[in-house]
Amino acid sequence: MGNVIEKLAKDNGLIIAFAVIGLVVLASGFISRKLTFGRIQGSAIAILIGLALAYVGGQMTGGSKGLADLTFFSGLALMGGNMLRDFAIVATAFEVQPTEARRAGWIGALALCIGTVLPFFIGVVVAYAFGYRDAVSLTTIGAGAVTYIVGPVTGAAIGASSDVMALSIAIGVIKAILVMVSTPALAGFMRLRTPRSAMVFGGLAGTVSGVSAGLAATDRTLVPYGALVATFHTGLGCLLGPSLLYFIVRAIV
Amino acid sequence: MTLYGTALLAVCHLLGILLGELLGRALGVPANVGGVGIAMLLLISARLYGHHRGWLDVKSEEGVNYWGALYIPVVVAMAMTQNVVAALRGGPMAVTAAVLTVALCACCIAFINRLEPAAGDAPSPAQE
Repeated sequence: MGNVIEKLAKDNGLIIAFAVIGLVVLASGFISRKLTFGRIQGSAIAILIGLALAYVGGQMTGGSKGLADLTFFSGLALMGGNMLRDFAIVATAFEVQPTEARRAGWIGALALCIGTVLPFFIGVVVAYAFGYRDAVSLTTIGAGAVTYIVGPVTGAAIGASSDVMALSIAIGVIKAILVMVSTPALAGFMRLRTPRSAMVFGGLAGTVSGVSAGLAATDRTLVPYGALVATFHTGLGCLLGPSLLYFIVRAIV
Repeated sequence: MTLYGTALLAVCHLLGILLGELLGRALGVPANVGGVGIAMLLLISARLYGHHRGWLDVKSEEGVNYWGALYIPVVVAMAMTQNVVAALRGGPMAVTAAVLTVALCACCIAFINRLEPAAGDAPSPAQE
């Protein structure tokens, strides 16, 4: 019996993922309606359950892909991987009102620039406070605070040590998870309710994964506007990190 | 046909990623610069053009809307595959940097969004 199930799981990974996610979303909707009386969105609960399960999976296997490291759930890596995530994000563009997007274009670009420089600055200051003094480590850790891809890309470009790179990835991953979890709670404070405000959020909050999950958990209709800006975040960070930002840090230290 | 919509989505996706990759090369960056964003702009243009010319019908749109509807399930799957264990092991410095970043960015977002002129929809409760 065990063999049969193992074979079934191995050959039908993506299909199992659809079924598992369906169950989790169904359960989340139930919890949202019955336990929180609709106060917390079903998708926010589903994302929290997902993160908790990712923790369980990571503890059980010692791997880096959360629940997907268990053979039975390996299809989650495909379903939640970059390819399908980006495909689904692009599909949401069908709901964009071009006039709204155009009107907020410049403020989105401004938010994008602040969203790169401000996290970098905070990362550098924290690294300095924790005793780092060389420009390469400071820049790499600062870049990690932009996104978890900008960190290692910058570190590799300027020759950072592997433990500093690991640290910069950790900062970026924690930031993405924090954005996922805290966005619904902070939505009121951030005035997150119009397409324009979602574009500001997309530029400043960074990481596509954090922004896409955070907006999904807050208001599904705002997703395309936030994602439209956020997808430029990593590119801009990788552009500025090893160049302009590194030179500035090196000039100061 | 529904597939036409999905194929249109796929073509926009691939073109966007390709252009993002080329833009990265041109700028000398080892990363895709806004590929997904470019793909989104392409799809928005294709929809406007298709409506205008009349070759984009409701049936074809379903092929895109289905994938848009799968967005939340895909994001839940993404949450399930995050390296949460490593994030929690990141140590006090990683946590401090991440928390401060998110907190200050949230303040910045709140500040910028409070400057937004209340345009007809949902009257803002206070005028800062």
